[in-house]
Amino acid sequence: MKEFLTNSLFFGVVLTFAAYEIGLLLKRKVKLAICNPLLMAAVIIIGVLLALDVDYETYNAGAGYISYFLTPATVSLAIPLYRQLTLLKKYPLAIFAGITAGVLTAMISILCVSLLFGLDHRQYVTLLPKSITTAIGMGMSEKMGGIVTLTVVSICITGILGNVTADTVLRIAKINEPVARGLAIGTSSHALGTTRAMEMGEVEGAMSSLSIVVAGVLTVIAASVFANFI
Amino acid sequence: MKYVKQLMIILAVSFAAEAMEYLIPLPVTASVYGLLLMLAALTTHVIPLKKVEETADYLVNIMAVMFVPAAVGIMAAMEELKQMALPLIAAVLISTPLVMIVTGWTAQFILRRRKKE
Repeated sequence: MKEFLTNSLFFGVVLTFAAYEIGLLLKRKVKLAICNPLLMAAVIIIGVLLALDVDYETYNAGAGYISYFLTPATVSLAIPLYRQLTLLKKYPLAIFAGITAGVLTAMISILCVSLLFGLDHRQYVTLLPKSITTAIGMGMSEKMGGIVTLTVVSICITGILGNVTADTVLRIAKINEPVARGLAIGTSSHALGTTRAMEMGEVEGAMSSLSIVVAGVLTVIAASVFANFI
Repeated sequence: MKYVKQLMIILAVSFAAEAMEYLIPLPVTASVYGLLLMLAALTTHVIPLKKVEETADYLVNIMAVMFVPAAVGIMAAMEELKQMALPLIAAVLISTPLVMIVTGWTAQFILRRRKKE
């Protein structure tokens, strides 16, 4: 049995899709942001692998094929961004100044936390991409020599936190302009926050999804400087 | 045949992006080069939106599943997680609301100043 699973080409792939589907189902039923399909899927798969006594390398030998399409999928993010380009032209200064300020805040606050805890370079660059979309953050962490799996987990937790706290934080900070609200959510908590922004309104949703890509690209640029600080 | 051609275009852009990553000595991944390349091709109409639309939407739609294997990798990185759990949580708790507030304030300040003029 174990030998069959170890050699199977589709075991890891099917398990991954099935676990994600269960994650989606749970999210629909429970309607809590903590029931994030990505996290749920990871928990389910780890449970199954432990129960079957299959190690990560064996699982990833098959499931890793899914990641082959990650670059083409990230390239495809240009399509939704292109559709929102008219919005970008409408508020160019507010968008670029807002997102740049947010990206720099992320870099500086992560630098401060890393210094405080005495993290080494590898641990520091693991956290640097935590506010941006996994599509860009994963590659960024890998390229800078970070621990990719921890980057993915930190991105995921950031998204969930942003999604859950957006209403409260924006209210306390008195951020009322729909454009500013969308930018704030998308820059701080990428696609996971954006689902909340979409529920707030059309402008919030569009601005938030535009911020995902813009913040991602600006973070890559900013991080190439910030990565040298530790 | 439509989907074959659309996927071909997207894969060709990915390949060009790979070449850029190889040639340009910056810490930028192929996927980011590809994204910018595709955006430039769309705005200049070198690639019309219609020629890539459906396949691109499909790939973006299923993208989240592609992150799952990396997230499962945590089971092989327990030592690293133990060392980093506290700073990781601190970084998330501190920087997430901070980024949200600074971005929102900056954008709102500019929007309101523009309205007054």
